[in-house]
Amino acid sequence: MKGKILIDKQFCKGCRYCVEFCPKGAIRLSTALNSKGYSFAEFDEKKSCTGCATCALMCPETAIEVYRE
Amino acid sequence: MNKQLMYGTYAIGEAAIQAGCTCYFGYPITPQNELPEYMSRRLLEVPGGVFIQAESELAAINMVLGASVAGARVMTSSSSPGISLKQEGISFLAGSELPAVIVNIVRGGPGLGNIAPAQSDYFQATRGGGHGDYKTIVLAPASVQEMADLTFLAFDLSDQYRMPALILGDGMLGQIMEPVVIPARKKKKLPEKDYILTGARGRPARLVKSLILDTRQMEDHNWKLVRKFQRVKQNETRWESFLLEDAEMVVIAYGTAARIAKGSINRLKKEDPDIKIGMIRPITLSPFPEKIIRETAGKVSDFFVFEMSTGQMVEDVKLSLEGRGTVHFYGRPGGVSPTPAEVARIMARHYPQSKSTGKK
Amino acid sequence: MKKVYSRPKSLKKVPMHYCPGCGHSIIHRLIAELLDEMSLRETAICVPPAGCAVLAYNYLDIDMVEAPHGRATAVATGIKRVRPDNMVFSYQGDGDLAAIGTAETLHTANRGELISVIFVNNAIYGMTGGQMAPTTLAGQITTTSPSGRNTKTEGPPIRVCELLSTLENTTYLERVAVNSPANIKKTKKAIKKAFQHQQKKTGFSLVEILSSCPTNWKMDPLKSCRWIDEIMVKEFPLGVIKEVKC
Repeated sequence: MKGKILIDKQFCKGCRYCVEFCPKGAIRLSTALNSKGYSFAEFDEKKSCTGCATCALMCPETAIEVYRE
Repeated sequence: MNKQLMYGTYAIGEAAIQAGCTCYFGYPITPQNELPEYMSRRLLEVPGGVFIQAESELAAINMVLGASVAGARVMTSSSSPGISLKQEGISFLAGSELPAVIVNIVRGGPGLGNIAPAQSDYFQATRGGGHGDYKTIVLAPASVQEMADLTFLAFDLSDQYRMPALILGDGMLGQIMEPVVIPARKKKKLPEKDYILTGARGRPARLVKSLILDTRQMEDHNWKLVRKFQRVKQNETRWESFLLEDAEMVVIAYGTAARIAKGSINRLKKEDPDIKIGMIRPITLSPFPEKIIRETAGKVSDFFVFEMSTGQMVEDVKLSLEGRGTVHFYGRPGGVSPTPAEVARIMARHYPQSKSTGKK
Repeated sequence: MKKVYSRPKSLKKVPMHYCPGCGHSIIHRLIAELLDEMSLRETAICVPPAGCAVLAYNYLDIDMVEAPHGRATAVATGIKRVRPDNMVFSYQGDGDLAAIGTAETLHTANRGELISVIFVNNAIYGMTGGQMAPTTLAGQITTTSPSGRNTKTEGPPIRVCELLSTLENTTYLERVAVNSPANIKKTKKAIKKAFQHQQKKTGFSLVEILSSCPTNWKMDPLKSCRWIDEIMVKEFPLGVIKEVKC
């Protein structure tokens, strides 16, 4: 199954929950900062996201939308 | 309803029911237990009636807040120490602009005090009572009939202005029996309760709160409450005048103290028909009838304030007079109810000498 | 591609004020999801606490009324008795529910008020800056227990679910956590069950949620999640503490 996620970087506070719990290691923290000064989560499209939505489940900021084929 | 003999507390209870009160929350404390007892019986007969004996006055006043925000006409009652406990909730009601009727059957204090009639909670009642800048409407009945009448009024004013209304009675008024007629409710046109919580069906979600973190907005809210209270003052200030026309001295007293004072005035008049003592009896303690008192100062220079406390309302009298006239004070705190004869003696002592008829 | 997860309708699209990794944010979202899924948005009335979550009204798009600190269940009682057909729930922290509001909590539960309580236990006072809570663990350092909570003089942490389970009219009490995907799923199920108990009028329902407070625990968010697993659940065992079939 193939999936993808959209992260609202302005909502993200860089807690790393999604990075830690993504079973595919498809999320990393940015080196850039968002307008609040946080490193934000970035989706690595090269990794094999399945659209399992674990990231969205963990995200305290409801900053992640999940899509699946 | 026909005239019947009723306890003061029952008169409040029945008037509340007739006024459409469907919820009562309270905690037992003497000398007002007859009121929750009455409500526990009567609310069983009212459709949707809710009576809860709460675990504390704190819980009771917050159940009041909940029922009020849900749109019900709601009442709680207590006596002095219990009213102290309710102050947090009263402040929240005021801040959130929610109506509620709160009855204080005052007893002697401070602390546990005693269970005898007193007027020592005047400051607490008329200065808001809890924390923050706000005032409540405070009504002071002086008879069982008035306990009923002012209960109707309390519900209407509270709904109209969206603020808590207090009925300040005392152990005497609560426990005496007098003939009373409980009238049917005259439905007043009141603003629609467009703030109540019913679930956000077909409308945006509503929020009722008193937290305003933005200081400018909080300031605006404080001034808004002040303007609202000024409207109450303009429209709702009530008092009773007694023999004021040609008075040489004016007695100012409220509630039970006013009844005693009236007896004293009548007594003095009987002894000496030329003695001219009138009385102003504030019915609303908050807003205080300062205008009539100030106006009276143009004709009379001696004012005699009698309270069953060490002197609380007397400060409002002085503020109203703005330096005009002489204010004499007699107070009996601690739950003591003096006889009309005793108060008459003190009154006579302060009656202006130049006006004295010389008879004794 | 098909959208499989997006923000629930009952959660307003505004950034939350909570600290990074705070459990409140997750719990708010779960509630909003359930309001949508159970079609409760139009009947729900929430009483938020005094504490960090007082601002829940900025996020949940439902009717709300603020209660004084600790009095949420008394306010909820008043609402529910007047409006028995509405879904009434309070949202309270540990200080609110188990310290200043203990009497209200206990007696609301004992009367079996048909309300649901979302009880967020993070073992600390968050908004006021990390003081000792009634649920602070033995030995836990806070700003008012600088040498660690001494259970001999400050008492051991209070287990709210167990305490309430002795009361006849409590019908659903479960302790869950929001520190892992599996636990978050269980938390959502538990809140759903509490709402169902209210709908079926069985009695008082409460879900205790172990939730992280990275800022006041002085840990990063991920370490906070591990702390719940490794330390906190030993004192507050997860699971259904009491359930009367509904």
